[in-house]
Amino acid sequence: MDEIVKKNYFELMALVDRGELTGEEVYNAFLHTIDKKDHEIKAYLTINKEYEYKKGELKGIPIAVKDNISTEGIKTTCGSKFLENYIPPYDATAVIRLKNNGGTIIGKTNLDEFAMGSSTENSAFWTTKNPWDTERVPGGSSGGSAAAVASFQAPVALGSDTGGSVRQPAAFCGIYGLKPTYGRISRYGLVAFASSLDQIGVLSRNPKDIAIILKNMAGVDSMDATSSSVKTEDYDDFINIEPSRTKIAVLKFPKESLSSEMKIAYDEYIDFYSKRGFILEEIELKYWEYGLFVYYIIASSEASANLSRYDGIRFGKRAKADDIETLYLKSREEGFGREVKRRILMGTYSLSAGFFDEYYMKATKVRAVISGEIKNIFNVYDFVILPTTPEVAFKIGEKNDNPIKMYYSDYFTIPFSLGGFPAINIPFKLNDSGLPIGMQIASNHFKERELLSISDFLEKEIKFENNILGGFR
Amino acid sequence: MYKSVIGLEIHAQLLTKTKLFCSCSTEYGDSPNTNVCPVCLGYPGALPVLNRKAVRMAVKAALALNCEIAETSFFDRKNYFYPDLPKGYQITQFYKPFATNGYLIIEVNGEKRKIGIERIHIEEDAGKSIHDSKTGKTKIDFNRTGIPLIEIVTKPDIESAEEASEFLKNLRQILIYIGVNDGNLEEGSLRCDANVSIHEPETPLGTRVEIKNVNSFKFVQKAINYEIKSQKEIIGSGKKIEYETKLYDSKQNKTFTMRTKEEMLDYRYFPEPDLLALKIDKKTVDEVKEEIPELPSDKIKRFMEEYELSKKDAVSLTVSKYLADFFEEVSSYNKIPIKNANWILSELLRYVKDIDTGFINPPVKAKPFAEFVKKVDDGEITGLVAKELLPEMIKTGKEIEVLIKQKGVEKIDSDDKIKELISGVLSENQKEIDRYKAGEKKLFGFFVGQVMKKTKGRANPQKVNLLLKEILDGK
Repeated sequence: MDEIVKKNYFELMALVDRGELTGEEVYNAFLHTIDKKDHEIKAYLTINKEYEYKKGELKGIPIAVKDNISTEGIKTTCGSKFLENYIPPYDATAVIRLKNNGGTIIGKTNLDEFAMGSSTENSAFWTTKNPWDTERVPGGSSGGSAAAVASFQAPVALGSDTGGSVRQPAAFCGIYGLKPTYGRISRYGLVAFASSLDQIGVLSRNPKDIAIILKNMAGVDSMDATSSSVKTEDYDDFINIEPSRTKIAVLKFPKESLSSEMKIAYDEYIDFYSKRGFILEEIELKYWEYGLFVYYIIASSEASANLSRYDGIRFGKRAKADDIETLYLKSREEGFGREVKRRILMGTYSLSAGFFDEYYMKATKVRAVISGEIKNIFNVYDFVILPTTPEVAFKIGEKNDNPIKMYYSDYFTIPFSLGGFPAINIPFKLNDSGLPIGMQIASNHFKERELLSISDFLEKEIKFENNILGGFR
Repeated sequence: MYKSVIGLEIHAQLLTKTKLFCSCSTEYGDSPNTNVCPVCLGYPGALPVLNRKAVRMAVKAALALNCEIAETSFFDRKNYFYPDLPKGYQITQFYKPFATNGYLIIEVNGEKRKIGIERIHIEEDAGKSIHDSKTGKTKIDFNRTGIPLIEIVTKPDIESAEEASEFLKNLRQILIYIGVNDGNLEEGSLRCDANVSIHEPETPLGTRVEIKNVNSFKFVQKAINYEIKSQKEIIGSGKKIEYETKLYDSKQNKTFTMRTKEEMLDYRYFPEPDLLALKIDKKTVDEVKEEIPELPSDKIKRFMEEYELSKKDAVSLTVSKYLADFFEEVSSYNKIPIKNANWILSELLRYVKDIDTGFINPPVKAKPFAEFVKKVDDGEITGLVAKELLPEMIKTGKEIEVLIKQKGVEKIDSDDKIKELISGVLSENQKEIDRYKAGEKKLFGFFVGQVMKKTKGRANPQKVNLLLKEILDGK
């Protein structure tokens, strides 16, 4: 059993294809591992014991799905009390496509409530543990997905990334995590946090797995007006990376934005490229630091409207009340957690008459400036490199009373989200205490194939996966 | 002397088969909550996708109202909590609507008035809350949720309740003509709010009061008049008008405060991130322009010129496009438009329940009806007989030729036959003849009546008159 779950998604597909295993055997092996491990890691909110397989390329190999992605007949809680017992009547487009191509959904993973947070500590149910050190957070908001993959409870997982919610937990858990271009994967069925930023992403221990999963769900969707009609590619058909012909922009940051070990790791990361003959140039972005503020205004504003549908009328939590006003107040008071309320308040404030121009509109303008600044880099360079997080996984409870500090977790990931650019976390090395350090690569819009190709190039050199396998218990 | 300043906001449901942002049916009257899906119910993760047919209809309406069409416009979210508003916001166009700067010319008391149209935007309808006063419970029907609407906002160019009502009538007629709205005020597919203020000429505009849901031509007049009167009283007593939203109660003919200025909602409009900018290219605008039929005002003019109809008849015949089409088809067959107009307006209309829809399938087909009018015009049957045969035609669908034969009602026209009939009548009424001869001349009508009665209206009335005179007065 252990031998099965240690394999990558593409390896398992091949084994099933050759008849050495059945998809159901693979599925059961993962169920077995979940049974053994998840009481400790707590990556899953719901486990799907039913193996339902539709013939297809993915051969029935299981996928874990973040619990803010709609699954027909399977609870989709968004990590919220409000949706504790909500069973969606429909599948997200991403889920339908995976199922139609032979994928199976093994369970729903934990997250910060409505994907708002960087540690899963905002989950209404429990905090997921980092498999590398269970006293530490797995990152967030897709912490359950990252922890599930890092602890061999799933070969791949879907997450969602609004400001860094796929890349940051991937970094904390030592795995790959891709946030594709905005619009690359349909958002239909992804429970909205901030509609102009949300994007489904994939987490895995190997770039090739991500490429395969992406290929099987990307593409325009008639149910999502913001999905892109740009042609999809065979993302797993990697391009040969020739360092001497690859131009990379190295982003420069003020010293204080990185912990000392991250600073050293970043230098090593840059060295890694220069040693291999990549064309590197250091670039400083003038408006980068405003990204965080712009993000919290825009994301919270959109969230304040997106979360208005949780009113206790049609689904989810419904508090006992004698009149409609009390019904709203009590349902939302009891149904939402602190952080969600905080963001609704911030967003409502930013959109209020008298503040709209000063906050929301100004943020929108700065967003365009930041996006333009990044776009200009990609007119010259193939990739941008930078760290994924300011520091390694922090301890559970460490930042609970300081939301601003928590928000800084996304300092390096947010600007790409604002511009809709794809970016991936590369598990680069372990620190002295054996915790993963993640580095980031970003590319121009719709260059996922290039991004995954260079990630594969790195994995073949770094072989980070051996670190994960080495830690297998 | 106060002057009234009135602006209207009209919501019109577009006649699409499916909703604005999902593929649910828009059918009116289906069982509650059957035309719903995750999108229009605002389920977590569901997204809106714009119905392009609704956009086309909206453009058609805007063009018919002489608006400028924006090449790029945007959707916004209007945020407020209400049980029948599933998402907690309504998708509308606030910052940049797709159409602006139009107008409509109306005529009140023979005077033409140009009423400006500020803007038209596309938005989704909300559901329906049904309050049960017996149980105190509220039920919600989401079938209406997401039905496409256009909101037409006029400039404050309207100066009286009468003008407001006339504007509404004209607007309704145009929307029906171009096929984008069914004009049904009772079912709520056309709804009207009125903004009313008063001021003394040459002074700044007064504070406006918004009256919600004045959904009939009669109520819009009454509500506005009531409001004007009450504003005059308030100002007259030295008080100030406060901006507020009122509701008109048609039973009491009064307006009531719904929300005062302090209770006004902050809708926190912001751009809808789930939808792209709405692009309407020139090609679409040109195509839609081609689809717009001749509008009532042009039709009236043409009917007066081409068919030499009176203005009154032309106006009456163009109330409904289908009626106008029927009239034209009939006239194309028998070439006696004035006669056709008379027969349609004075007789045929009596057999039509709803003038708006009654001629989509006319009670008689145009060709037999043309034949019918022709028979009267040619003198083959009398008008009296014709009036009796019309319902028969409608009921049985038989042609007039057949009915005349069957009933034997051809006109009696020969002098001899009529003289014979007159002698018969006279011989039975010696007393009346005596009285007539003694000077009671009004009895002449009595004799004519007797002859017509005997023939069941078949005798040529002119001849009866003529011959009777000859006989009675001995020339």
